[in-house]
Amino acid sequence: MIKTDALIIGAGPTGLFTAHQLKLIGLDCEIVDNLDKIGGQCIELYPDKPIYDIPAVPECTGEELTNNLINQLKPFDIKFHLSERVDEVKKDNDKWVVKTNKGTSFTTPNVIIAGGVGSFEPRKFSVEGHEKFENKSILYSIKDKNIFKGKTVSIFGGGDSALDWAVELSNNCNVNLIHRRDEFRGAQATVDKVHELTKSQKINLFTKFQLKKLNGASKIESIDIEDDDKQIINLKTDYVLGFFGLIMQLGPIANWGLNIDKKTVEVDTEKFETNQKGIYAVGDICNYPGKLKLILSGFHEGALAARACFKLARPNEKYRFEFTTSSKAIKNRLGVKGD
Amino acid sequence: MAKITYIEHNGTNHTVDVQNGLTVMEGAVQNDIPGIDADCGGSMACATCHVYVKEDWFDKVNKKNEGEDDMLDQAYEPKKNSRLSCQIIVSDDLDGLVVDMPEKQT
Repeated sequence: MIKTDALIIGAGPTGLFTAHQLKLIGLDCEIVDNLDKIGGQCIELYPDKPIYDIPAVPECTGEELTNNLINQLKPFDIKFHLSERVDEVKKDNDKWVVKTNKGTSFTTPNVIIAGGVGSFEPRKFSVEGHEKFENKSILYSIKDKNIFKGKTVSIFGGGDSALDWAVELSNNCNVNLIHRRDEFRGAQATVDKVHELTKSQKINLFTKFQLKKLNGASKIESIDIEDDDKQIINLKTDYVLGFFGLIMQLGPIANWGLNIDKKTVEVDTEKFETNQKGIYAVGDICNYPGKLKLILSGFHEGALAARACFKLARPNEKYRFEFTTSSKAIKNRLGVKGD
Repeated sequence: MAKITYIEHNGTNHTVDVQNGLTVMEGAVQNDIPGIDADCGGSMACATCHVYVKEDWFDKVNKKNEGEDDMLDQAYEPKKNSRLSCQIIVSDDLDGLVVDMPEKQT
């Protein structure tokens, strides 16, 4: 069981800056995120898109913002638990016991939910019977590419994941690549490579087709794909891979006894505390009159929630407001020289 | 102002007046019409305001924006007449527009 002053759920910009605020006032924290990398929506949805409304930063991309926030955390030692989803938050006297899907557990007086719009999950197929093949013949991510060796793999999607895997697996598998239109959103170099491999018959490309039907008893034997004109093609296949991007689900947060309205968590505007003492919500996931879903609002909310955490983490101490420009204690924490 | 009809997947109809300049997504959200989530708030960063525009209307609404099809690739059951409702701007010309909503958004 890991003990910490505050546990942050979500490693997006709000979660990162909240961690900074906690460390600045002398509290420990750890961060859990369901994604395999730091940055949240910024890194998953718009790493290359410029953002123009971060105060004092005229223009930066989602990736640059994330890297700057990570740099800002450099003076501090913060443990990240990536690729882990918080499943359970339970009260234990005056503490919260938090458990992830990987079995990590925490005990903490403060839980800060900086979960954006929930956790990212892969978009799944919607055809009948897909559930019974999932994790066996239908996969949404690849852990071990060797299982496909010599097999026929049907890949659905038009983004980088679909294209990269089509190229990679075409080395030693029979690859069908199926996409709902004839334009791809992947990197141009990869798109070119796919067309090249299609010409040399290393990849069988089917555009304007979508999955219609799965055939097979315990494992998939073939699939039917259909185009806009209702033409159906049957493809023998051993595996079906779906890369339709990620969707956002509120997920387990809905089960923690919080007041939830339209996928957001109600908070007060003094501490950004929920209806549960010691559980806070900041950033896109919180809701209060006048809430703006801006990154800068998340920074403000995190700064106030961090101060509220102090009371529960250090009940016998008094929090004193200090500026980074003048406080010796803060400069010590940052590892910079005082003047 | 345009009268817009939103049809839920279960067949329930909602016809509302939507002001010019708003998006078809905003028209649904402001009138509490279920079936459109609009998680990203209309910035074309998700695909949870996905609708099917009735065939005879498809060519009359403003054309798809760059990047809209990329998001639609990630929508639930996209079809030929799929659009993101946050990218359709309401004007008098859209009076009578009918959009169908998918079974679900996520």
